[in-house]
Amino acid sequence: MRMLINVPETVVADALRGMAAAHPELTVDVERRVVVRRDAPVAGKVALVSGGGSGHEPLHGGFVGPGMLAAACPGEVFTSPVPDQMVRAAAAVDSGAGVLFVVKNYTGDVLNFEMAAELAEDEGIQVAKVLVDDDVAVTDSLYTAGRRGTGGTLFVEKIAGAAAEEGAPLERVESIARRVNERCRSFGVALSACTTPAKGSPTFDLPPGELELGIGIHGEPGRERRPMMTSGEIADFAVDAVVEDLRPSGPVIALVNGMGATPLLELYGFNAEVQRVLGERRVPVARTLVGNYVTSLDMAGCSVTLCEVDEELLRLWDAPVETPALRWGR
Amino acid sequence: MGEGTGMTETFGVDFLVRWLAAVAEAVDREADRLTELDSAIGDADHGANLKRGFAAVTTILAEEPPATPGAVLTAAGRQLISTVGGASGPLYGTLLRRTGKTLGDGDRVTREQLAEALGSGVAAVSQLGGAQVGDKTMLDALVPAVEGLRASFGAARAAAEEGALATVPLRARKGRASYLGERSVGHQDPGATSSALLFAALDDVARTEGAS
Repeated sequence: MRMLINVPETVVADALRGMAAAHPELTVDVERRVVVRRDAPVAGKVALVSGGGSGHEPLHGGFVGPGMLAAACPGEVFTSPVPDQMVRAAAAVDSGAGVLFVVKNYTGDVLNFEMAAELAEDEGIQVAKVLVDDDVAVTDSLYTAGRRGTGGTLFVEKIAGAAAEEGAPLERVESIARRVNERCRSFGVALSACTTPAKGSPTFDLPPGELELGIGIHGEPGRERRPMMTSGEIADFAVDAVVEDLRPSGPVIALVNGMGATPLLELYGFNAEVQRVLGERRVPVARTLVGNYVTSLDMAGCSVTLCEVDEELLRLWDAPVETPALRWGR
Repeated sequence: MGEGTGMTETFGVDFLVRWLAAVAEAVDREADRLTELDSAIGDADHGANLKRGFAAVTTILAEEPPATPGAVLTAAGRQLISTVGGASGPLYGTLLRRTGKTLGDGDRVTREQLAEALGSGVAAVSQLGGAQVGDKTMLDALVPAVEGLRASFGAARAAAEEGALATVPLRARKGRASYLGERSVGHQDPGATSSALLFAALDDVARTEGAS
């Protein structure tokens, strides 16, 4: 597998150096692996801190900036960051109004953020946590580590980040983040496995002519393998899985997300099919976002996330945001 | 050195340091196999992560040599938490940290004391990760290994290796492998496999001391 890298060991550090050069509006500590918005701490405002394994770019570093995250902690590829990073990030962004940790529900992320929250509280920082677990492909929560955090993370970070930017207090920002998570559902499909730099070969074998349904974002195999389907058939399957679980009674925001190696041409075509299915299911769509936002290295495929919104959540979604990957309204 | 021929053998700081150095070597040697196992049912990073962590442990123990066996394990655990990430960082870090704390500040420890302390370390891992024996996790090797250590270093090694092998037919109920459901059956758990390396290294170091 050919990769645009120097050596696997420096992939994350190299990317952070490049990010620092491209985005002077961010403070990037390459050594300690923390990305912080340059004007932090912002007086009187709650700060959102997220993080997770690298390989999902632009998540999370690309979502740092006014109206979204105050800081992000990138781990090694597909490996949760360590507590030291999160404590450092929290200390850098806390204005005294408190910090909200946005944690995707994976065992490693949960354990490291829990340890970090204790350590940050020891340093006098008020910390709240919200767990993102929007992936409906995990049906058996009792006998697994629970639903995974995937595309819903973008909604939690955007909408709760907007509430923080407006000056909402910590418990309010936390309750909005929880509400967003409760109203988000996702389903992902892989057309190819991804290749981690450390391994150098695909993380699972997907024979030609087959696809993997219900994948996560770490190159872990999904729940079911089927013969290749058309874009329309995939949209039927994915949207049905999401809608049957969410059962929305009002309008939704739709995220049609690429896993990294699927061209926008295909993603827009897929979005047309997603909108068709939503129309057939009589689900009104308030906003749509199409692009590569929560990726899995070079995996080909897509995910669909729906977030059911009320007036307040839609207003916060539309509020200005100014980050490397998401930017509107200013 | 193991001291006290004819009476209960005891082990000092150097023994614990050599154990962790042997673990670092074993993890380095087996990194590709651990990663291979992890790519079947996880996310293909277990080897690389542990390699980085135990290399950092070796460095810190050389730079700031702790004064007691307990302090060796506590420092090693803290270092793993700070460098590994993922689930294995907090879990292995907690295992060593809690074991070190339970050992207290004595200069020498017996095998029985080490087994006792590791028992509390393993209990802390179980509590942190919420897993039990049979969930296809590192506990499937750790729990029998600690029991074996009460008898001998060799018994601990054998029990850990047997425990790791016994994860093959199990269905994962914790961690990333659990998302596969039935498809996790037929694969050996990478965490149980690396846990077995810990006890193989311990047995190797004990043998060079002439201890059993």
